[in-house]
Amino acid sequence: MCVDFVRTGAGKGAVAAVLAAFALAGAGCEERSALKRPAHGAGGGGETEVILCDGSTPGAVAAAATGQVLADSLMDQWKRAHPERDWVEVEKEQHELKPPADNSALLKGGQGPEHPYGRVTKQELLLWARETEKFVVEGSRIFHSAELLGSTVAVSCDMCHPHAANTHPETYPKYQTQLGRAVLLRDMIEWCIENPVRGAHLSGDDPRMRALEAYIIAQRSGTVMVYGKH
Amino acid sequence: MKIKHKSVETRYMEARREFFNGLARVDRRSFLKISAAAAGAAAASGLIPYHSFQPVAVAAEAQPAFKFAYISDSHLYEKHINDRFVRSLLRAVEDVNALDPQPDFVLYGGDLAQLGRPKELKLGAEILKGVKAPLRMMVGEHDWYLDLGAQWRELFGAPTYSFDHKGVHFVTLNSVVERDFWTARGLTPMQRMMTVAGLDNGVQSPFSVGAEQLEWLRNDLAGVAPTTPVVVFSHSPLYKLYKKWNFWTDDAEDVQALLARFANVTVIHGHTHQILTNRIGSIHFHGVLATAWPWPYAPEGLPELTIQMSRPDPFNPMDGCGNGEVHVHADGLVDKVYNLWNRAPIIVGRRYLVSNGKEAVPPAPNRISY
Ligand code: HEC
Repeated sequence: MCVDFVRTGAGKGAVAAVLAAFALAGAGCEERSALKRPAHGAGGGGETEVILCDGSTPGAVAAAATGQVLADSLMDQWKRAHPERDWVEVEKEQHELKPPADNSALLKGGQGPEHPYGRVTKQELLLWARETEKFVVEGSRIFHSAELLGSTVAVSCDMCHPHAANTHPETYPKYQTQLGRAVLLRDMIEWCIENPVRGAHLSGDDPRMRALEAYIIAQRSGTVMVYGKH
Repeated sequence: MKIKHKSVETRYMEARREFFNGLARVDRRSFLKISAAAAGAAAASGLIPYHSFQPVAVAAEAQPAFKFAYISDSHLYEKHINDRFVRSLLRAVEDVNALDPQPDFVLYGGDLAQLGRPKELKLGAEILKGVKAPLRMMVGEHDWYLDLGAQWRELFGAPTYSFDHKGVHFVTLNSVVERDFWTARGLTPMQRMMTVAGLDNGVQSPFSVGAEQLEWLRNDLAGVAPTTPVVVFSHSPLYKLYKKWNFWTDDAEDVQALLARFANVTVIHGHTHQILTNRIGSIHFHGVLATAWPWPYAPEGLPELTIQMSRPDPFNPMDGCGNGEVHVHADGLVDKVYNLWNRAPIIVGRRYLVSNGKEAVPPAPNRISY
């Protein structure tokens, strides 16, 4: 994204405006949706009308939806109605995430105005942090959602790996006896998606796989890498 | 019809149960004999599991006064949504029904349902009807936060109660009381439930026993002599381990203070899905296994006396799960038996805790949490 911005010659002001919009949206969704009538226990088909969390936007959910389907469908409707509000903050409030590294030291020093390499602005730092974090937060959302994982048994990763515990991204590549080969982190993610989670195969470059990987690695920030460790 | 063929799994379970029952009955010398025989039988049938037979703690030094069994944390969805969790609970019921002699009663440790829905709780109640011994129920947060206990109470009665059994005073608490975090946020009942159901969801509040139950407990214990052994059942550990996952009870110190005047107290708790051992003064704490899935150890705060179970094998969905028994001695302290489905059982004995971890040390894991 940073490269794009340089190539297209967009002014720095544009980036600043985008960042300001993000900051404004930071308040997130404090008021959640209120159901007009309960969606659980009904068992049958049909839809239940709901008022979304702003207290005014109408929405609807299938009466037979499971909890996660319900939650995700409400989230989607709310996002469509409020493209400006910040789902990142909502996710961060729920599932404590490690922040990306602090690069503010880069603002100091450099080799002078004649040496553009190494020149970094505050806006760029914000942009890097924001985009990186968003990638990780999206992974967290998927990790915590049976629906987004495509689970056929209503199971999500956090049920066995709260805060991504026991995922050990720092130990890959390593040999997995039951797979009969040395694998990468994404292969074990894939294995858990297909087995405990009973979801559909995700290819290595599927955006969901990439986001899951981003989240898992981010949660072990600061851990020493020791590949091959069991 | 007579069943001739027994599956590999059944034969393994039988061999292991024999080994396991033998343990409690015998003195050290015959213990070694049985251990060798059972290990030999298992080896001959090619049934050494992933974690091979290890001699568990040496046979108990004294016969327990009585035993009860436990099943916990089944997290049931309706069968058409997830049949694995249902099968696991059925397996646990089979296990405790096969115990010979039968336990005096069976404790259900909470989190029978995953999302507290009436159909989940009713399915659980129906399966638990199959337990032959009398059943004692405890509530968990997954059972509670959809309707704040309405369906659970209808099926199982009050969540807070006490009873006396063979000279021991038993108390069951609802330790998963959360502060109201939902009204101000305008959460629906299902959103509230989903929030509480996420172990790592930080929007919820810490668990507590609460003023009302503390008062009840004070009154309940008032007439009990300090020499009477006391056993407390709580879903969350009645101490502070790791707040972020609610391996935690916010007013634990208040409960401990009420228990402090008793010579021997044992707390048996669910929620943590793992082997967990702690001792605070005269209070001994034991976790129980889940039938649904095992949990990693918390990244900090693990009590010193805890000898971890080896990290679960992801390739076996039952590994790290199970059920177990509690052998209660005359003084109210217990040998806690973790009946791990995929491994040899592990006993965390009374002697281990009394000696502050010096004697009867359970086998150490080689794959600890990191
Ligand atoms: C039913 C429980 C369960 C679920 C659900 C589950 N896993 Fe696992 N997973 C395990 C267990 C158990 C292990 C082994 C952990 C260990 O070695 O300590 C494991 C291991 C892993 C590992 C390898 C860890 C290592 O040490 O190499 C990764 C990565 C992983 N899981 C990712 C995921 C992801 C991503 C999801 C969701 C798509 C998921 N898991 C869902 C139980 C589960």
